[in-house]
Amino acid sequence: MDKMPKWADVVLIPLISVILALLVSGLVVAIIGESPWRAMQVMVKGAFGSAYGWGYTLYYATNFIFTGLAVAVAFHARLFNIGGEGQAALGGLGVAVILLAVDWPHWTLALAAAMGFSMLFAATWAAIPAYLQAKRGSHIVITTIMFNYIASALLVYLLVNVLRVEGSMAPESASFAAATHLPSAADFAGGLGFRGSTPLNISIFLALIACVLVWLLIWRTRLGYEIRAFGHSETAAVYAGINPTKIIMITMLISGALAGMMAINVVMGEAERLVLDFVEGAGFVGIAVALMGRSHPVGVVLAALLFGALYQGGAELQFEMPAISREMIVVIQALVILFTGALDNMVRMPVQKLFLALKRRRDDAARPNPTE
Amino acid sequence: MDFLTILQILDSTVRLATPLLLACLAGLWSERAGIFDIGLEGKMLIAAFFAAAIAYTSGLVWVGLLAGIAASIVLALLHGLASITFRGNQLISGVAINFLAAGLAVVIAQTWFAQGGRTPQLSSDARFANIELPGAATRIRDIAQQGPLGQTYSELISGHSILVYLALACVPLTWWLLYRTRFGLRLRAVGENPAAVDTAGISVVGLRFAAVLIAGVLCGIAGAYLSTALSSGFVKDMSAGRGFIALAALIFAKWRPWYALSACLLFGFFDAVGNRYQNIQLGEFIVPVQFMQALPYILVVIVLAGLVGKAIPPRAGGEPYVKER
Repeated sequence: MDKMPKWADVVLIPLISVILALLVSGLVVAIIGESPWRAMQVMVKGAFGSAYGWGYTLYYATNFIFTGLAVAVAFHARLFNIGGEGQAALGGLGVAVILLAVDWPHWTLALAAAMGFSMLFAATWAAIPAYLQAKRGSHIVITTIMFNYIASALLVYLLVNVLRVEGSMAPESASFAAATHLPSAADFAGGLGFRGSTPLNISIFLALIACVLVWLLIWRTRLGYEIRAFGHSETAAVYAGINPTKIIMITMLISGALAGMMAINVVMGEAERLVLDFVEGAGFVGIAVALMGRSHPVGVVLAALLFGALYQGGAELQFEMPAISREMIVVIQALVILFTGALDNMVRMPVQKLFLALKRRRDDAARPNPTE
Repeated sequence: MDFLTILQILDSTVRLATPLLLACLAGLWSERAGIFDIGLEGKMLIAAFFAAAIAYTSGLVWVGLLAGIAASIVLALLHGLASITFRGNQLISGVAINFLAAGLAVVIAQTWFAQGGRTPQLSSDARFANIELPGAATRIRDIAQQGPLGQTYSELISGHSILVYLALACVPLTWWLLYRTRFGLRLRAVGENPAAVDTAGISVVGLRFAAVLIAGVLCGIAGAYLSTALSSGFVKDMSAGRGFIALAALIFAKWRPWYALSACLLFGFFDAVGNRYQNIQLGEFIVPVQFMQALPYILVVIVLAGLVGKAIPPRAGGEPYVKER
């Protein structure tokens, strides 16, 4: 009775939050003495104005779809996985290990193996905090943060001491064999103007398939139902015979595996070798993407596209308006997380009141006036 | 390894533990009142920037310190607004604050100084100088000739910036306030059972905001220490995860002030050893420097796993208080 219509919850509130975040971002740009209007024009043109821009926008969006889905799946079980960064790093390690260890005859086989290994490594990294949460009650937010730092130290160690090419100073692995090269957008969509230098590769289709699979999992399977039930109320779920340990473990394994898949796009698709810090904060962007997308695959895709555009547009902004640092996109990202996540009630309460008032007026109009 | 080398390591342990300690106590105040704070890192970072920027422009380090504290308080109030007033998710708010600080500091630095997101190098007037306690030798040659006691006094106890001594003084002060005053009792109660505090006619919102503000002040000092005492100027991401190590220390210390001091000194020691020796040889094994860097995080996971005692957080931590149930 006292609820607002579903479309308001799913579309209107996130939209208002994002607009507020962008307005405040514009305010920041204005305060540092630049024109927010021009900055936005530069960013939109940089992100969508050319095939080059689109290539990078969609390439970044692919990363954010994976990390966003990772956070979203965990959110459904009311688990906050801040560890996407570390899990993706381990996923990259998995990709590098299998691509360097075996002499792959064809990229399709290599891709299948790399997917398996990236998901295996990343899910394993997520499994430890999950186990500690399920069995020992250790707060998963804290343990996943700690695991990000441990992963980062581990990757530095391995890249410097184990994987580094002999004689090279750069902390990066050897390049993968040419046979493992994934088809890039120039190969499958050259007609759209994508050149050979574009980072966009077939991983974007994997990301979209992952969206469909996540949707099926969460809303069309028994397991998904159990995950959502657990997220709504742990006690009720236990009463209904749902095993909390199982749900926490499976949800986090799926979440970790999704984060790890990001490495297919970056490590296998773009860099074609393991480099230091290849995740570049995408694990954290996933938090903003999942919050903004209301943990729904469609929302995640749209939010990932917005952040992909922000990342690419932000890179262009740096050239066109040097007074604005590239870090401006981190500010926008923070404001999106703030408004769509932490300050959700600030937007929700007035909107709810508005709909209640509208409803009351409609009810009053419909009801026959007792005084007549 | 001679005695003086050990003293030098301990000396840098104290230096490196100071920002951890201040941030850890900030987290202690906040979490004891039931407000999770993973935004320690961001508050430190924004304070580090404003302290360095204002100290550079005004030439006065104390003005810089105040500016740093003010910036940190603004973010603390934002955290309070999101998590107390609007009952939002405290963890998400903390994440947002970390990114906001990391982004804003660099954006503003670029606008003000145009040096790629850093502040110019601070001159010695715009930094916190080291305080030489009376009777302490300052030159390394003089210290080497002293006896063990004199060396300890000159090398370890004397010669730190005033913020180091301030941080150390905050430990007994926090303990006394939390455990020996009415305010402290109420604050701890708010973190355990806010409904009971509310029933007694005391404002839950007021107490929680007080706790968040204290955390803001302490993080502000921690950040100012980073940029105006430990180093001379702000550089991008200079807090380098210290906010999270402080959080780790807080859990390691099980939310108690004196244990927080020991935990921060321990983690500071790891840092000092890691800085001094790149790789440590232990018999056949070589301990890589990355392992030393990861050690605080690994230790916390072990503690959280319940292998060494059990870390029980304040009971109402992370839950917004709703008056009308």
